[in-house]
Amino acid sequence: MAIAREVLNIVVVGHVDHGKSTVIGRLLYDTQSLPEGAIERVKRISREKGKPFEYAYLLDAFEEEQKQGITIDTTRLQFHTGKRDYVIIDAPGHKEFLKNMISGAASAEAALLIIDANEGIQEQSKRHGYLLSLLGIQKVYVLVNKMDLIDYSEEKFNEIRHEMNEFLNNLHVYPLKYIPVAAFYGENLASRSDKMPWYKGEPLLQAIDLLEKDQGLEGKPLRFPIQDVYKFDNRRIIAGRIESGTLNVGDEILISPSNKVTTVKSIEYWAEKDKQESVYAGMSVGITVADEFFNQRGEFISHVNNAPLSADTFKANLFWLGKRELVKNKEYKLKLVTQEIECEILSIIKVIDATTLENIENASQVKTNDVAEVIIRTKKKICFDEFKNNQNTGRFVIVDGYDVSGGGIVAGLVEEIQTASKFSQNDLQMVVNCFDEYYYVLSEGTVRKLEGRPHTFSVGDVMPTAGRTYEYPENFNVLDIQTKLVAKVRKSKLVDVVRLSAYNYDSLPVIDARGSFIRVESEEDFTQFRDELQRLDSTKVTAFANKWLEFTKFRVIRYLRDIKSPEQDYQI
Amino acid sequence: MDHLDRLEAQSIYILREAYKKFGKLGMLWSIGKDSTVMLWLAKKAFFGHCPFPLIHVDTTYKIPEMITFRDRVAKEYNLELIVHKNEEALHEGMGPQKGRLVCCKALKTDGLQQVVTKYEFEGLILGIRRDEEGSRSKERVFSERNKDSEWDYTNQPPELWDQFKTDFPKGNHIRVHPILHWNEIDIWSYIARENIPLVDLYFAKNGKRYRSLGCAPCTGQIDSNATTVAEIIEELKTTKVSERAGRAQDQEDSYAMQKLRKDGYM
Repeated sequence: MAIAREVLNIVVVGHVDHGKSTVIGRLLYDTQSLPEGAIERVKRISREKGKPFEYAYLLDAFEEEQKQGITIDTTRLQFHTGKRDYVIIDAPGHKEFLKNMISGAASAEAALLIIDANEGIQEQSKRHGYLLSLLGIQKVYVLVNKMDLIDYSEEKFNEIRHEMNEFLNNLHVYPLKYIPVAAFYGENLASRSDKMPWYKGEPLLQAIDLLEKDQGLEGKPLRFPIQDVYKFDNRRIIAGRIESGTLNVGDEILISPSNKVTTVKSIEYWAEKDKQESVYAGMSVGITVADEFFNQRGEFISHVNNAPLSADTFKANLFWLGKRELVKNKEYKLKLVTQEIECEILSIIKVIDATTLENIENASQVKTNDVAEVIIRTKKKICFDEFKNNQNTGRFVIVDGYDVSGGGIVAGLVEEIQTASKFSQNDLQMVVNCFDEYYYVLSEGTVRKLEGRPHTFSVGDVMPTAGRTYEYPENFNVLDIQTKLVAKVRKSKLVDVVRLSAYNYDSLPVIDARGSFIRVESEEDFTQFRDELQRLDSTKVTAFANKWLEFTKFRVIRYLRDIKSPEQDYQI
Repeated sequence: MDHLDRLEAQSIYILREAYKKFGKLGMLWSIGKDSTVMLWLAKKAFFGHCPFPLIHVDTTYKIPEMITFRDRVAKEYNLELIVHKNEEALHEGMGPQKGRLVCCKALKTDGLQQVVTKYEFEGLILGIRRDEEGSRSKERVFSERNKDSEWDYTNQPPELWDQFKTDFPKGNHIRVHPILHWNEIDIWSYIARENIPLVDLYFAKNGKRYRSLGCAPCTGQIDSNATTVAEIIEELKTTKVSERAGRAQDQEDSYAMQKLRKDGYM
């Protein structure tokens, strides 16, 4: 029985003809990973084409690629060292095949960026560097190839290193190593080259063994986007892949953005040996839950006190690969894990020239192969995380017509449009609407909520306790019925966020996260309230709210002539 | 998670994605090790069910043991099985004597095309792997074919972060490749781990065994004494011979597979 070994995916990128395929071909050759006859086949092809032997023919499988000596599409090959198995992804260098380069790079954890020592840094060297940063690939080695063409000069190597480092550091890409190589001759690939005694580092094969695989998606907050719901054998199974975190039978879970809470009843399996009580990041699973809600693809399952962001507007960095330009006021489709929704580009903040890093402000469109900062609005609220917090739930693609035409990462919420404030203490976070303003809009005849200025309040921050339509006392507690967290405000400052289970009644007024007073005025009230809250199910919410919540204790509702005029006309 | 767990989880994700996104979906089953592993993965993905039909494009030149195995497993697993033959071509005497590539095109590629047209499949699940051969190494997980089943390999869609191509014009179909990221040893290690039933032809008898199964006239045996899955894995660790070396059609031309696959070959 074979022992399963660790696998690391490495993409090889760089400008056309700088030697990507040669590096890979030579690595396969040096690690004896080629099938019998492969080298003979390449020699035969070289003879037929009347061209010198090229390792690249090993990878460029398409006839067109070999005839024209270019890589059209990405390919993958495997080899292994004593330490682990590698999948090497060869990505095309031509600008016109950038979408194929990105396809290859998107599935990699580490990258080799190849620069021709003689030609120096070229357009795609920089563009590929930029895209690595957008894809979140941090483990980068730069190979300065064809050192033989510059007489193995340490000085020229250092010049290239300095120039490339300056460019990449501006993008927050910090290459782990620069390695001088002559790939065709295998110098500094499998073994150290005696032609470059000044290079004190490891040859490539040893250097890649030093890369450490990413850990830690299991330790992040739970993100389980629903992929599908099956009704098999009278079981209603919610299926999907856990993108991060861990999920256990019995866990209380929140389903967003519909904000439903239930518990995990079982983790389903087919083969008896796959039975388990706990599942974690990377696994494709199926669960059943205690309450029969209507669930659908795209909804996010998380733990109640660690919900994803939920909004219809967000800031993003994206690269555009479409045949047509990306423009404002046009309907596209956005896909983010299992969510699919119509979206539009609300604004193009700037377009960035990926090779010079120059910015074009207020551009009207994003052209093919451009990179841009944009604000995207989706038709309905969706769930996501900032890319820096969670790669898997912080990236998306945009579909134009039939084609995936762009990809991007979520940079953050848009401050002005962000819908709610947050209280935050370590891993405990609660969304609060108690600072929103409520008005009776005369022209509409309805009460409307105007969102307050959204802000994340950490312990020590001063609360805006007096607004136009509300005024809270100096000392009070905020209880979030949804997440069962309690925030303590003392002298108008946030001093703590604790779980309800760890909270003892302290005679101070308690409001809910929307600002309603909770009619709890004694220890006895509190015990009763907490018991009813624990047993609360979705059918009894109204009775519960009528019994316990009092909206106008700390609030007034002022009249407004219409929603656009912020000055109130009357007061009740 | 270990390596096989990760491969399995990814394949299940892909199968579920295909099932969700396409109305008419079918899975090709060549009775070989790869598509049999894929069938097992489908049972896992759908908790013991296989919610789409299996398709066997029968050239009538298959090794007889394969057909016996097919019918036995189909019955045991309670599978919906579509067996299709290109009757017209067979009637006109199509066979390897007319040229291997011509025969493959008629009995496999055209046969498959007939199934797609007849049942109006939007999605076809196939058990190809990147490490098998050059043109497959460049495949996408969700790969579009036009109404004539042709593959435009010079203009493939970007495939980012498991966001697959699911939008396409009517008449086209999508080939779904759930085990594209596995290699030959992964397949055998998984067969060992899961104890997946397999056609006997893979195990050595009298010093010979099949490493890759196809039609009888075009598939050769290799020298081997590996009679168990464990022995096969050991043998593969040291072999320098490519997996499809026993497949005669691949040797017809330097770009044989690329040409076959461009026209819709699996």
